[in-house]
Amino acid sequence: MDELEVIHTNDEVVLHAEKVSKIYPGTKALDEVSFDVYKGRTNVLIGENGAGKSTLMKIIAGIEQESAGELFMGGEKVHFDNVSQARAHGIGIIHQELSLFPNLNVYQNIFMAREKTKNKIGLDNEQHIELTKKILAKLEHPIDPYTIIGDLRVGQQQMIEIARNLIADDLKILIMDEPTSSLSEQEVQVLFKIMRELMAEGISIVYISHRLEEIMQIGDYVTILRDGKFVASAAVKDIDISWIVKKMVGAKKSYPQRKEKIDWSKREVVLQVKDLCLPKKGGGWLLNHVSFELRRGEILGIYGLMGAGRTEVFECIMGLRPEHTGEILLNGEKIDIKDVAAQIDNGFAWVPEDRQREGLVQTLDIGKNISLASLKAYAKGIFLQSDQEEAAIDQNIKDIHIKVADKRLPILSLSGGNQQKCVIGKGLLTKPKIMLLDEPSRGIDIGAKTDVFEIMNHYADEGLSLLVVSSELEEIEAIADRIIVLSNGIKTADMVKEEVTQDKLVMASYKGHTTAKSA
Amino acid sequence: MAEKKDNTKLMMMLLKGRTLIVLALLVIFFSIATPNFLSANTMLLLAKHVALYGILAIGMTYVIITGGIDLSVGAVVGLAGIIAGGMIQNGVTLESMGVTLYFSIPLVVLITIICGAAVGLINGAIITKFGVAPFIATLGTMYIARGFAMLHSSGATYSNILGHDALGNVGFTFFGGRIAGIPVGAIILAVIAIIAAILLKRTVFGWHIFAIGGNEKAAKLSGVKTDNVKILVYIFSAICATIVGLITTAQLEAAHPASGETWEMNAIAAAVLGGTSMAGGIGTIGGTIIGAFVIGVISDGMVMCGVSEFWQMVIKGLVIILAVIIDQFQRNMEAKMALQARNESK
Repeated sequence: MDELEVIHTNDEVVLHAEKVSKIYPGTKALDEVSFDVYKGRTNVLIGENGAGKSTLMKIIAGIEQESAGELFMGGEKVHFDNVSQARAHGIGIIHQELSLFPNLNVYQNIFMAREKTKNKIGLDNEQHIELTKKILAKLEHPIDPYTIIGDLRVGQQQMIEIARNLIADDLKILIMDEPTSSLSEQEVQVLFKIMRELMAEGISIVYISHRLEEIMQIGDYVTILRDGKFVASAAVKDIDISWIVKKMVGAKKSYPQRKEKIDWSKREVVLQVKDLCLPKKGGGWLLNHVSFELRRGEILGIYGLMGAGRTEVFECIMGLRPEHTGEILLNGEKIDIKDVAAQIDNGFAWVPEDRQREGLVQTLDIGKNISLASLKAYAKGIFLQSDQEEAAIDQNIKDIHIKVADKRLPILSLSGGNQQKCVIGKGLLTKPKIMLLDEPSRGIDIGAKTDVFEIMNHYADEGLSLLVVSSELEEIEAIADRIIVLSNGIKTADMVKEEVTQDKLVMASYKGHTTAKSA
Repeated sequence: MAEKKDNTKLMMMLLKGRTLIVLALLVIFFSIATPNFLSANTMLLLAKHVALYGILAIGMTYVIITGGIDLSVGAVVGLAGIIAGGMIQNGVTLESMGVTLYFSIPLVVLITIICGAAVGLINGAIITKFGVAPFIATLGTMYIARGFAMLHSSGATYSNILGHDALGNVGFTFFGGRIAGIPVGAIILAVIAIIAAILLKRTVFGWHIFAIGGNEKAAKLSGVKTDNVKILVYIFSAICATIVGLITTAQLEAAHPASGETWEMNAIAAAVLGGTSMAGGIGTIGGTIIGAFVIGVISDGMVMCGVSEFWQMVIKGLVIILAVIIDQFQRNMEAKMALQARNESK
């Protein structure tokens, strides 16, 4: 391991992990990993899913306990039996999966288990609200403290999660596990600004992300893990993205690009959306006269900030928003949208944004999760022909390369990437003509992302039309034949692949807000 | 490491078969404690008792797998008995035409089942179309159904349900009788159990039930018509309850409006003992039947041992709580094994 170079630096180490291991029954999630957290710096941890990043974080945050190895803070050995002990040492964590209370409001969430009181009994809500407003203003997200968390968009919820940690006194180390996975570019920049402010105050940040460009932007030190083992560490100024990717996967990878030159004007239009409008609760529009068309075999990207109306387009098409107006034409004929089941019969398939909440049935096994949407096709009378079903599942697993030891295992025994492939496979088994994918690469590692894009490319070549929502510029640029940009419910750009640049996309994604203001 | 894995596998097998193991232990215990317990007579009597809440528990299992609950089944038992009993004893009087109609027994059964199914339809509609929590919706219909049963007979018992040859409505007691020595109720239980098990595992409808209980949103987005499936499930549960109402009325040769009170609790207990998850998405008919027999063996066995009814209640309660604790343990272990498989596949 020639890369095990010593980092020469004057920065102070605030926390040192010495040969930490974590053993789960039958597997070593973490194998003698050493890790330094430098004071007032962003310490990045990267690796593919399952590399052990989250496990290491959980040990530092006191959620899990190390099986072997030691943690040191300020030269003294420390050990955290639970989160409270870690917090008492000034360690806070922002989870990848949000851990908010959707039934409570913003200030209740921020002060959960850190409540300020009057006379030790009564809640001091005036103070809660005042501090909440202050912290949210600092985060540039002036959300009403009385808003119920469940009513907020995922990106806003992420901000609340961050606010929650900032409210803690004497924060020394803030762990952020993929904090940007559901944030828009704009929100990411706000987050980075906040991170820089925190670092200036001497707070150390431990940062996990799959987005390599971000790491180059915000990171100071980077540590790479693979299969639970330490691979390399370096100061960010000394390295570049290809170095990181090489260390992570062992070989250089890039997203598969759409390559074929097709004269799209000759391809028939399969889906036409005309003047789609969706009213917003309390006035205004979630979608404001959005029109676009999709041709056979085309991959149409939809880019936009969080809350721009991207998911809502899908919800309208799939029949979850009966209050929408405007026309949706399938093969030139106006369709009357009844419900999801009817739309699946019409040839639509949907891969929803939130895999756990909307994509998978956790109590069913892998096979049933794949066949769930197409069960009717294997039924004779009321009875399921299990041999036909099995054959379809097996073929699907083979077609899209899902790594499965046994299809009767629980769906949660798969990695995130393979779970996502199951959701896509479920849609493909309904033999769709049009597939809607909402953030199909969210929270999966680079290897799985590449696979997902290859699946999309492959089926597009076979004539499937795809609508893809993505927040990641590089991804959408690579995968889409054409991109439309939504901003504040308005379509602000429509460009073919050759015209697309990241600058143009970002510019367009803000346009809707300015026009709305000037109007 | 391999040895440890084998241990976990063995442990899982024991956990999965725990209700059956408990049932076997109970039978052994009671056959030692009371010499007559293992006799054919006792077993047939046991089957007759178990049939009643066993059938209820089958319907309840469907409902619980969807993530719901049906508290109205006990009241539907009472209502069904009263409707059938009333039709046999007093007929149906059409005042405008001045006639009283007496229906043949098959027609009585059919009409009663339709009435019972209507309660299920109402439950399902309230839950799906108005978004009322199943607990509340069926709590409401429980009172309503019980109230109507009381109103129908003014709280009295219809005790003349043998029918008259002249009216062509004899033969209702068939449901309380025996065929080749086996109680008709037990035969009906067996038939319903087989049908229910096949429906659950071998049809699209059955898997949609599982999908709804596991993740209703995902099921809906996969094209499952969640409302329709749930309504059908509540209708199924109500029909099960109606059949139990007919059997118990025939067994007692009397229709009492209060019959079936608190039976919904026995049905829930049997389902839970059989491994049905109250969170939804998990459960089997076979497990539920075994669960029903565990409750039956405890009740009948303790009666034969001379244990007081009050102690029976205490012990039943303890068994149920213990069962759920073990259930929880099993689920944690399964989750751990899934995680382990996930890590190993890396």
